[in-house]
Amino acid sequence: MKDRFKQKYSAGAAVAYISRKQALKKLQLTLKDFRRLCIIKGIYPHEPAHKKQANKGSTANKVFYYRKDINFLAHEPIINKFRENKIFLRKLNHLKAKREEDKVKKLYEHKPVYNLDTIVKERYPTFGSALRDLDDALSLCFTFAMLPHTRVLKEGMINDCRRLTAEFMHYIIESQALRNTFISIKGIYYQAEICGEKITWIVPHERGLPHVTDVDFTVLVTFVEFYIAMLGFVNFKLFQGIGLYYPPQIGQTASAEEMETEDYREKIYSLAKPLAKNKDFDGVEDDEPLDLLGEDSDALAQKIHEAKTIKSLFKGFVFYLNRECPKEALAFVIRSCGGTVGWEGAPTELSESSKNITHQIVDRPMNKLENNRLYIQPQWAFDCLNARRRLPTDRYMPGVALPPHFSPFTSEKAGDYIPFERLEELRSMGKDVSELEAAIPKTADELPKRKKEVKAEPKKGMHVTVGQMHKKSKEKYHDIVEKTQELKMRELMISKKHQRVYHSMKTQFKRNRNDALKLKKKAKLAKVAAAE
Amino acid sequence: MSTKAEDIPKKGKRKSTSTKKPIKKDEFGEKLDVKPVLPKVVDEYDYDSSDEEDLRNTIGNIPIKWYDDEEHIGYDKHGEKIIKPEKKGEIETFLEKMEDPDYWRKVFDRQSGTDIKLTDEQIEKLQNIASGKYPTIGYNPYEPFLDIYSSQKEIHPIDNIPAPKARFIPSKDEMRMVSKMVHAIRMGWAIGPKEKKEEKKVYDLWASEDSMDNLTKSQLSRMRVHMPAPKVTLPTHAESYNPAEEYLFDDDEKKKWEETEKEDRVMNFVPSKFDSLRKVPQYDKFITERFERCLDLYLAPRQRKMRIHADPTDLLPDLPNPNDLRPFPTNLAFYMRGHKGQVRCISMEPEKGELLASGGQDGTVRIWMLATGRCIKTFDMGGEVTSVAFSPIAERTMLAVAYEGKHIAILNTGCGDKLHIQQTEQFISEVPTDEQEDGAVVHWRKAKDRVTLTLPNEVRQVTWHAKGDYLATVAVDDIAKSVYVHQMSKSKSQCPFTKRKGHVQAVVFHPTQARLFVATKIHVREYDLARCVLIKKLITGIKHISSIVPDASGENLFLGGLDRRFAWMDLQMGNKPWKKLKHHTSAIRSVAYHKKYPLLATVSDDGSAMVYYARIYSDFSKDNELYPVKRLKAHEKADDLSMLHTVWHPIQPWLITAGADGSIALFTY
Repeated sequence: MKDRFKQKYSAGAAVAYISRKQALKKLQLTLKDFRRLCIIKGIYPHEPAHKKQANKGSTANKVFYYRKDINFLAHEPIINKFRENKIFLRKLNHLKAKREEDKVKKLYEHKPVYNLDTIVKERYPTFGSALRDLDDALSLCFTFAMLPHTRVLKEGMINDCRRLTAEFMHYIIESQALRNTFISIKGIYYQAEICGEKITWIVPHERGLPHVTDVDFTVLVTFVEFYIAMLGFVNFKLFQGIGLYYPPQIGQTASAEEMETEDYREKIYSLAKPLAKNKDFDGVEDDEPLDLLGEDSDALAQKIHEAKTIKSLFKGFVFYLNRECPKEALAFVIRSCGGTVGWEGAPTELSESSKNITHQIVDRPMNKLENNRLYIQPQWAFDCLNARRRLPTDRYMPGVALPPHFSPFTSEKAGDYIPFERLEELRSMGKDVSELEAAIPKTADELPKRKKEVKAEPKKGMHVTVGQMHKKSKEKYHDIVEKTQELKMRELMISKKHQRVYHSMKTQFKRNRNDALKLKKKAKLAKVAAAE
Repeated sequence: MSTKAEDIPKKGKRKSTSTKKPIKKDEFGEKLDVKPVLPKVVDEYDYDSSDEEDLRNTIGNIPIKWYDDEEHIGYDKHGEKIIKPEKKGEIETFLEKMEDPDYWRKVFDRQSGTDIKLTDEQIEKLQNIASGKYPTIGYNPYEPFLDIYSSQKEIHPIDNIPAPKARFIPSKDEMRMVSKMVHAIRMGWAIGPKEKKEEKKVYDLWASEDSMDNLTKSQLSRMRVHMPAPKVTLPTHAESYNPAEEYLFDDDEKKKWEETEKEDRVMNFVPSKFDSLRKVPQYDKFITERFERCLDLYLAPRQRKMRIHADPTDLLPDLPNPNDLRPFPTNLAFYMRGHKGQVRCISMEPEKGELLASGGQDGTVRIWMLATGRCIKTFDMGGEVTSVAFSPIAERTMLAVAYEGKHIAILNTGCGDKLHIQQTEQFISEVPTDEQEDGAVVHWRKAKDRVTLTLPNEVRQVTWHAKGDYLATVAVDDIAKSVYVHQMSKSKSQCPFTKRKGHVQAVVFHPTQARLFVATKIHVREYDLARCVLIKKLITGIKHISSIVPDASGENLFLGGLDRRFAWMDLQMGNKPWKKLKHHTSAIRSVAYHKKYPLLATVSDDGSAMVYYARIYSDFSKDNELYPVKRLKAHEKADDLSMLHTVWHPIQPWLITAGADGSIALFTY
């Protein structure tokens, strides 16, 4: 029998969700600590399906968490560490005010520390789940690696970021997992494929990062704190997976003390030297794929083929980087594609006049060119990787206007605008682009024009007019008109449930089409302007 | 200040002299032996008087300022005033300054009234004081310092005291502390010094990956409900440092980008082109973007949303092929022009459908031959015509016209079959207009070819009962007695309602029974006229009903409203509409349902007529059908009005519409 005296809001959404304020009260934490806890534990608010129900009848705008999430947080031992830290700070303040240096020193020795290992394992029960979340971790760590250290950004943290990102890049080089790159105005995007997972991250350009005032760095620091812990384990696992030493070693004989030195670190950070591999590691050499059946195998075979081409893209080439080129980015890309890279100065000590050099990457107008090598601009290396072939270098010579650089991340759909050069590129990659090309919306001047009938002036007086043929095309026109009218009638009768989504889809479609047309028109104008 | 400075050296000098003097020239030496104290007194006296000795005045040791106002200063031994020495004049001072080389070291002494010459010693002292040195001449503050306890170890002790016993006895206090520690260590309470912090170690965290089975139920459920954050959208071609020309903003786009709010922008950057990589500057919002992403990760509420990845046309309902629903009007055949101003109302001749009557703003009623589109007769009514209605009996060429001036005319059109015209003439002549009761509100009059009724109010609408004997009128005003039912055969009028139940907009007779549908602004009421009871009250969902049409059986009602809504009421299905549509963009003026074909039309101020295929099934197993088939457009807009009235041809699927531009349009297929 149903309980007749059941209280309202004692079940369902009202119980499943908890507002942030309630959560704070339950956990006995300040907002600041709660934020840290949420970031580290990866707890995020949820949008209830029935907000009013969750809000117990009120329509006030609130942030809701799962009650279970909050109960889960309540068991977290790190909360105690937060409290200890608070006490530590209070004591520190007290002692500092009293100028008791000895005690301050002693207090620092007992500074509470916490370990994030278990939390990493808890948030990422499998290695695959950790890889899936790597995008944000890498982007943020690459950013931090370039920041100067301040009171909030501790030196150790920044050094860790620098080390971990360099290690990760080494892994990508050694496993040759880099798939796409893109130089944007925001930074350089890289996309790698690790264990079948596509990981994309952005690295800022190698200039000083600007000073920002509208950013709360403490939030970023908390994120980075967790990401450092996570990246450490991920790197370890990745290095282990392909038989590299962790921490990375360049020579076989590096001792622990040697590895601590600044020089050695710089050598590793430069990405120019291959890492030493564990000899007794028997890696599975990926051979030809097994004869798999079905369509899936086709895609797999293509993937493997792609990986192979990338691996041997720059094989046997020696690249010399002029000093104005971004070394890290270029070394990363070139070495990922199997090339050798060097520059003047440590650690490669490749002199410009070396006979081994096959390519010289130059980013400024050159007067003196040598005969036995190719001179190219940096974009060439990036474009080659994206195109999976060695592009002809004549369009990338120093001082020459470069061909446009396209994003490899756009998946061209029928109906999108695709620039002419991009179409060519896709064609050269062996894709069938005729359908895409045909689907680009046509501008008014491209559509078949209806010839304006020149009406002869009606003759005066008695005359005979020549009869006209019945036009087939007109019939077709009527058909089209009828079809559109039918569609309009159907639109009138759309159910209320689908009305909104239908119209939004329609407007989206229209907007895309308009955008495509606009781009196409602009391209034409640009072409005309270039011709003049 | 100067006086004080003088005094000190003087005294010092005098002291030294006076201590020496008593020994040199002592005149009372004898007394010294007898009274050892006395010589001191003598000395003191002598010493004391020494002050006075030097003083040239006789006033004693009193403040000199007491004599400031006097001419004299003290008295001599004869009791005569001693006159103050004359003050030196300026010239005298100056001369003295010039002549006396020692002038600079002279100081005026007010006590004695003379100048005193300072000695070298005194001057040096003064100089020392002025320059912040010790006043004592030749004083060296930095004399070499001899330490008693030097850093050198001496072989001899400074003192000879033997060391106390306490020094050889261990401290009890310390012993207590140590014993405490020893006890703590023994009991295992003691905590040794903290070990050095260990470096964070990395290891294979996922070494036992196969241990997924060991996870608890709650852990598994946590994994299941976890919603990973959506990935950042990947960059497009426009973000390239060297994009194709077309991706760069032109001036308009740039302006638009700058004007739009930050949140509303499609792109959060302005595409720009650099001719080489070294010229690309740092992106100024890089950290901000990372920060915003972080905020999204921990602050943004997450929700699973189903996205429809479908062709939008798949969402549209499947309608039957319009070709299967034919015939319905598709083309405009012609216009019938003749009215000046709006054509307010039209009516079709029943059964044959050869004639069309129209009434207009210009006060005329025109009869049109539909086959040719020619106007064959015009009646001038003398007031704006609001409603026309052909008599439903085909044998009578009779037309009811409501026009301004509170009149209704029942005309013999005089068009058509001669036999019918004659019958009608006879019918009109037989109307017993003379037998009117006294005090009747409605006056019946007869003219040559017509019967005229004068009503107490302006008439909005006139409508016939299917049998052709009764006709109902609706007044424009919002009053209780707005509806009248007139009987032709008895020339009687009656007002069925005495109470106001809303502003009546339109009435219509039930096609088969003696019932009346009365439409107020939002409701429709069905009355049984024979029994004088309300049968049903219908809730239409329309805010302002403009027209009401029943189907042939009277089971369905079609309503049009000024709030753009159309409603199909199935009276068997309850009092709510079966279907509500909103296909017009402006007010619906009129609705018409075809007598033969399942066709329905609504006309609206937006200048279009919607034609629907509306099939009514009498058996309950099948649902009624309603499909839009055609939107027809004909008339031009005049004062935001376009189509005012519509009727169907009685036998053909033709639609006739009356326009505000003075034309009547015929749509055929």
